[in-house]
Amino acid sequence: MAQLTYREAIARGIAQEMRRDESVVFLGEDVAAAGGVFKGTVGLLEEFGPQRVRDTPISEQAILGAAMGAAMTGLRPIAEIMFADFFAVCWDIVANEIAKSRYMTNGQMSFPLVIRSGNGGGLRFGAQHSQDVSNWAMMIPGLKVVAPSNALDVIGLMAASIRDDDPVIFLESKGLYASKTEVPDTDVVDTLGSAKVLRHGGDATIVSLGMMVPRALAAAEELAGHGIDCTVLDVRSLVPLDTQTILREVSATGRLFTVEENPRLCGWGAELSSIVTEEVFYDLDGPSVRITTPHIPLPAADALEDMALPSVERIVTTIEKSMNS
Amino acid sequence: MTSTATDVSTKIALYRTQYELRLFEQRAYDLFLENLVKGTSHLGLGQEAIAAGVAAAMKQGDWTFATYRGHNHTLARGAGMTPVLAELLGRANGLMAGKGGSMHLTSVEHGMMGSYAIIGAHLPIACGAAWSAKYRGTDQVSVAFFGDGTTNIGAFHEALNFAVVWQLPVIFVCENNLWMEYTRTTEVTAVPNPAADRALAYGLESIIVDGNDADAVFEVASAAIARARAGQGPSMIEAKTYRHGGHSRADPGKYRPDEEVKEWLAKDPIVRYRARLIELGVPLEQIEAIEAEALAKVDTATEEAKAGATPGEDLLMKDVWADGGSAWRN
Repeated sequence: MAQLTYREAIARGIAQEMRRDESVVFLGEDVAAAGGVFKGTVGLLEEFGPQRVRDTPISEQAILGAAMGAAMTGLRPIAEIMFADFFAVCWDIVANEIAKSRYMTNGQMSFPLVIRSGNGGGLRFGAQHSQDVSNWAMMIPGLKVVAPSNALDVIGLMAASIRDDDPVIFLESKGLYASKTEVPDTDVVDTLGSAKVLRHGGDATIVSLGMMVPRALAAAEELAGHGIDCTVLDVRSLVPLDTQTILREVSATGRLFTVEENPRLCGWGAELSSIVTEEVFYDLDGPSVRITTPHIPLPAADALEDMALPSVERIVTTIEKSMNS
Repeated sequence: MTSTATDVSTKIALYRTQYELRLFEQRAYDLFLENLVKGTSHLGLGQEAIAAGVAAAMKQGDWTFATYRGHNHTLARGAGMTPVLAELLGRANGLMAGKGGSMHLTSVEHGMMGSYAIIGAHLPIACGAAWSAKYRGTDQVSVAFFGDGTTNIGAFHEALNFAVVWQLPVIFVCENNLWMEYTRTTEVTAVPNPAADRALAYGLESIIVDGNDADAVFEVASAAIARARAGQGPSMIEAKTYRHGGHSRADPGKYRPDEEVKEWLAKDPIVRYRARLIELGVPLEQIEAIEAEALAKVDTATEEAKAGATPGEDLLMKDVWADGGSAWRN
């Protein structure tokens, strides 16, 4: 066992799979010689060489098109889109080509590829380098969407995503790159579509994702001191979605609170809230409540960004107010 | 360019392919008029020599990436007429069981890696397949067909630069039919030869070929494919041609001057090629037999496509995922 940062876990997860499978290749801007702008891929070029770990031009359509063409002809590419906001310049390849082609061709093609990207806020980069785009990806049929909240999950879910025969959008929380977790020295392989219960409590269920998970856990600790005992769930993958675990845990407490980094409209919590209302309505003791970033572009100034993203304090006060009303 | 590089048996095969494509597209048009083909469709009438010439220069295992105007390319790689026509008719015996339609014809077993209906999208995808061949050490090549209008979209430029920098075995084939949908290409393009002139900017040779001459197309395609297989990287071919009809089903193409249409109809690739065969001494009866066989083939495909079942609900929720299903939750 060793303490590993979230950013170190990325290279660890990729390396684990590249050692196992020659068909795994990796491409992106500044990912090879520079080891990634977030230093998440340091050492891969040295271990696997320039044929498998490749720097590209600043051409997001070329990067993802190349990944798609490689995947349909037998490779298992991992492509990096440096900041998730940049998906906007290559969304055609993601949404129209990669996501739809298996269905349109009646199953003639497979796209075993992973697109990993630095997602969300917390680093004061401003609106074009900070958006959580999980809801963009979640609404496209044909894409799996994974967002780990700690280094151990980064390794295990990365391995599961690379081994999966479907395209996976792998969203790394930029705000968590420096966070540390205990991880085993052996290989780690996890399962997509499995939410994790991180804390058990009888009063309310908090469901969270990515960078919001540690905040939800901290809020739950504080709420416990105020007499509100919460279950905390880490969704981990939006598609496939582990509704069974979520519904079970919401039914057990009778209350659902979602903590989402995405802007308000059409965030994953809205879908979850709808599923809960349709399927376990009579187990509920109160309304489902969504705690999200307001429906605004994310501001750059630290003071403003901190106001926008759901904070531990906002989670605590929102849940307290709702539980006591 | 002379046609000496192709022997008579190749020429006869090229004529057969072109003639079959012509009859197929004419039949597809007739079936629109009968309202049996729904939605839209983009015919390759007049552009057959490019599909036939390039396909003849490719070998099994090579990959074709085409556009929404992809009937010709799909058939030229060997996909059956019946499944292609049935796909246009939205039948269960279609090439993709009716799930793709005219604009997305795909037949992986024939190396037909898809028809893409977003302009330019498939150029980087063809690069990816070429990268895969290079990485795995095979001698496969990718060929991406596209129209003149594609040369003004970003993906075209990203793909070209990428292919050159990575020295990928990919051949870009621009079918310049002079009209970008309803607009004359030269009116919206900075250079007179939209693909060939841009190729120079990426360090590639400027190759322009008569796209209505299957022999000439065959020759330049063969040379480009040989370079790609030898590890000498990508090529760009601009084939000058003309579509006989409008852009799509909804377009009668009236914006084109009569004189221009007349001039290009006189350069009909199939009429020209037939005359060439006769000049070379191929017996008329042999040519007529090819034509009769092609007609019989299209007639059979029409009957089989029309007789195809309507796709059932079982297909609707299939094949979103590799496990064959569409479940996004448990």
